[in-house]
Amino acid sequence: MRTAIACALSAIFLAAPAFAQTTPPTSPSEEEVDPYTISDANAGANPVAGRDLFVVFHGHEGIGRIVDDLVAQVQADPRLTEIFKASDFVRLRRTLKEQFCYILNGGCSYTGRDMVSVHADHGVTTAEFNALVEILQAAMTREGVAFSAQNKLLAKLAPMKRETVTR
Amino acid sequence: MPRLGVACFALVMGTPLAAHAQEDAPSIDIETGGKLKLTRGVSTIEGQGGGGLTPWALITGNETDRGVGGTVHVTAVELPDYSFLSYGGALGLLDRVELSYTRQEFDTQDVGAALGLGRGFTFGQDVWGAKLRVMGDAIYDQDTWLPQVAVGASWKKNDQSAIVSAVGGADDEGWETYATATKILLDSSLLLNGTLRWTNANQTGLLGYGGNLNDDHELMGEFSAGWLLSPDVLVGAEYRMKPDNLAIAKEDDWVDIYAAWAIDHHVTLTGAYVDLGSIATFETQRGVYLSLQAGF
Ligand code: HEM
Repeated sequence: MRTAIACALSAIFLAAPAFAQTTPPTSPSEEEVDPYTISDANAGANPVAGRDLFVVFHGHEGIGRIVDDLVAQVQADPRLTEIFKASDFVRLRRTLKEQFCYILNGGCSYTGRDMVSVHADHGVTTAEFNALVEILQAAMTREGVAFSAQNKLLAKLAPMKRETVTR
Repeated sequence: MPRLGVACFALVMGTPLAAHAQEDAPSIDIETGGKLKLTRGVSTIEGQGGGGLTPWALITGNETDRGVGGTVHVTAVELPDYSFLSYGGALGLLDRVELSYTRQEFDTQDVGAALGLGRGFTFGQDVWGAKLRVMGDAIYDQDTWLPQVAVGASWKKNDQSAIVSAVGGADDEGWETYATATKILLDSSLLLNGTLRWTNANQTGLLGYGGNLNDDHELMGEFSAGWLLSPDVLVGAEYRMKPDNLAIAKEDDWVDIYAAWAIDHHVTLTGAYVDLGSIATFETQRGVYLSLQAGF
């Protein structure tokens, strides 16, 4: 009996994504992804309070430049090229901009997938997580974001190590 | 029952998510490197990963939970009447365990002559340490107040047995244990640390262990705070309570202000202004502390 219950539960749990029929918005230049339910909860963190930090990051334009810089550096960094070699960078740039804008309380919605499922297959290590942090720090510095403000965004992203690092 | 089990296995394995899980073959390669700058701490005068005077719950070396790392350090403190030197090495395993050895040398300069020990008489001591990280993550757990906690122990052996007993020290060797908690409050760019040390060391053991006033281990509090100015620079202050076991010389708590600069992932330079109070009856020992740490 116990096996039957465990079986039913795991089948429901594992099949759940198949029932989520919401189709994400995709621009023609993005690759198709399996259907998933769109929710701000997928962003993995609640927004900061107040609008100040969004302004310090130079709003949508600043976040746009930081993410473009980040994604360009990620592709060039020998520590990360392997992990990102099959990535859809058009989609990654769009969803990362949404996610940062949402977390910085810039009034955006996050339409990407949740942090656990999107990173589950990539076998990311702590060292690779930290490599990405360093690249993001450099991108924020080039955008002219003060170190103390950078840390407020990093404080929101840091706990996502538990969801993104699987090795 | 077994048949149901098999059917369930087949069903679960057939679903898309489980298919991915199958691909991740577990691997245990040993790696080096991977920590963010400054997050291995610097080296204390007793060789642990931490601040300058007090250990932190962070583990030395650049390794993550998949690797090994290590550091070597040399630290000099120039005081009005003494000069102190420590050097040693430490190993970090899986960002979990830390093993350290440090040699301390305390040169009494003219004080040695005044006390009849001879000019430049030097107390020497070997310090062996082990530290185990037991819970929490100082860096990534930014959504909770819980700190990273580690427990540790040191065993120390002083070279100058005869002089240690002459000043009233009960023993020339001793051990201490400690629990330490470190939290980085990234939101405010702050690092906070508190340590409780169970010890009977006189001037960290350079004047022996226990004495004519008190021979027992006592609990001492040690506190440090740091402010991150950049990914490479931390400035702050430390306070370390000390026992007071010797009748001939009062022992003071220690205080310092410091700046640590991670030149790159391998080399960290620390400068501090320390106030070590009264040492062996010579008052107001304030001076400069300089430490170089290199690691992988
Ligand atoms: C806090 C840290 C991180 C955040 C906030 C984050 C965020 C994201 C987002 C928003 C996506 C796209 C979601 C979607 O397509 O719906 C994504 C995908 C991805 N991330 Fe991360 N990520 C983090 C850490 C990492 C790290 C450390 C790595 C590897 C070093 C990594 C590798 C990837 C890869 C390979 C993809 C898939 C891209 C593709 O297949 O097109 N991520 N991440």
